[in-house]
Amino acid sequence: MKRRDFIQNTAAATALVSLGGLSALSFKPERQQITILHTNDVHSHIEAFGADAGRNANLGGVARRATLVEKIRRENPNTLLLDAGDIFQGTPYFNFYGGELEFKLMSMLKYDAATLGNHDFDNGIDGLYAQLPHAEFPFVISNYDFSNTIMDGKTDKFRTFTKDGIKIGVFGVGIELQGLVSNKLYKETEYLDPIEIATDMSRILKEEENCDLVICLSHLGYKYSSQKIGDIKLARATENIDLIIGGHTHTFLDKPTVETNKVGNHVLVNQVGCYGVYLGRVDFFFQNGKKSSADGVKLAV
Amino acid sequence: MKNLTTIICASVLLLSSCKTEFKHLEQVDGKRISVDSSIEEDSEITEFIAPYKQHLNETLDSPLSYNPSFLSKRDGDLNTAIGNLMADALMEQVNPIFRKNTGNSIDMVLLNHGGIRAEIPVGNVSTRTAYQIMPFENEVVIAELKGEKMLEMLDYLSKAKTAHPVSGIKIIADGSYMIKNATIKQQQISRDSTYFVATSDYLVGGGDNMKFFADPVSIHSSDYKIRNVMIDYFRKTDTIRSVIDDRYIRQ
Repeated sequence: MKRRDFIQNTAAATALVSLGGLSALSFKPERQQITILHTNDVHSHIEAFGADAGRNANLGGVARRATLVEKIRRENPNTLLLDAGDIFQGTPYFNFYGGELEFKLMSMLKYDAATLGNHDFDNGIDGLYAQLPHAEFPFVISNYDFSNTIMDGKTDKFRTFTKDGIKIGVFGVGIELQGLVSNKLYKETEYLDPIEIATDMSRILKEEENCDLVICLSHLGYKYSSQKIGDIKLARATENIDLIIGGHTHTFLDKPTVETNKVGNHVLVNQVGCYGVYLGRVDFFFQNGKKSSADGVKLAV
Repeated sequence: MKNLTTIICASVLLLSSCKTEFKHLEQVDGKRISVDSSIEEDSEITEFIAPYKQHLNETLDSPLSYNPSFLSKRDGDLNTAIGNLMADALMEQVNPIFRKNTGNSIDMVLLNHGGIRAEIPVGNVSTRTAYQIMPFENEVVIAELKGEKMLEMLDYLSKAKTAHPVSGIKIIADGSYMIKNATIKQQQISRDSTYFVATSDYLVGGGDNMKFFADPVSIHSSDYKIRNVMIDYFRKTDTIRSVIDDRYIRQ
């Protein structure tokens, strides 16, 4: 979309309030673009699907994803590449090599961070630990307490990245493993309430770390008809998250869902199905030197 | 770019006034990009994958056994050759381990017809064959069921009218699938006995609506994936001899 069109659209948006009074500020207007690329539930799909793979036919493949990511990075170096978990399990590559190839390839693609999915425990917490040396990217997960496990100290609650002066905070939340993964696989990993933890993490990132953008990498799943916590519930129940990148439910969204959080601000929720057949892309544009007290989202599909 | 859906959201972010530099979020664009054949492969990545792929394919395709006849779950009324192959392989592979660990024997095996995910063509059978017929990671579990739950199972089978694979049990139904007789080790199923039924963790968890697996007397995990059962069975079996037989029939 051209900037001119954007301005016209914004002007038409009734949700926007006047930005009057800002003319007194004399900052030099400068536009910054942050590009967030993301995958979820790739499930060891190293190769592209063959011609006989139904709706996934001829899609996916890490080597193609590498070309795509590199092209976007050349266009905008201020890009983060993130994954929302379930990197493991789904093709014989995982059964044969235990996840080594998945982590090595993600490192070659220069992933900036990933969170953990339930299937990442499929070779046990020891199997996950054994592959960590092949991952040159951090795992962010804030609601699994690994204190009594071999993974203690091997993950981060969050990471921050600064790109073109914009500070981006990324934290992770995982799904309850009990009932989904055999206890002997996840051992003494303790699951903590994702809403409580996400509330804390996003507050810390926004208020203490002064992040301009807070991203939650979630493997909770998109939404459930039951009481179970999914990304939509998480978006509504928290207040400092700008973007939730989800996984687990293999939900194919052709565009991010716009939700409203606890204090009336907008949160984007995105998920790109599974198996690396799509790459998600969200671009955030910032304008320096402006301050606003309005919140409005203009959707122009 | 093809297959590109775009949404444009413009968002104005609330920022606290104490910040010295204001970074004003003014626009958000979201889209998904199809990873399709219009995108060239990164040659460095392709070359890196190549040796892994080669080793994988060599291992997957090295012959373990030979299959002299086409096996499909569609051939057969209430038992199929491929279903019998899987249920019998499970009995043969898992029973010795279960006996050693618990002192008990598996009385019967029950799998689900829908869980047979491919046919086996005539020719060499390999590890890839096992991945094709059983792509899932399900493990064998042994549920100890009361006699009344066994009768619920028979009721389930008579309603399902489907060749769910079994081993160790002999079932005779009438023309309208009502079960006339069911025996394990030549004995009628008794309400007063309990039975060790080997199945998959998926079915014990309520998969395919097999509710009779709920609240078993006891449950034993095997740490043995069904796929690995098949790989081990193929490895020790020179030629597959499974046929449609009289274990579960209508007459």
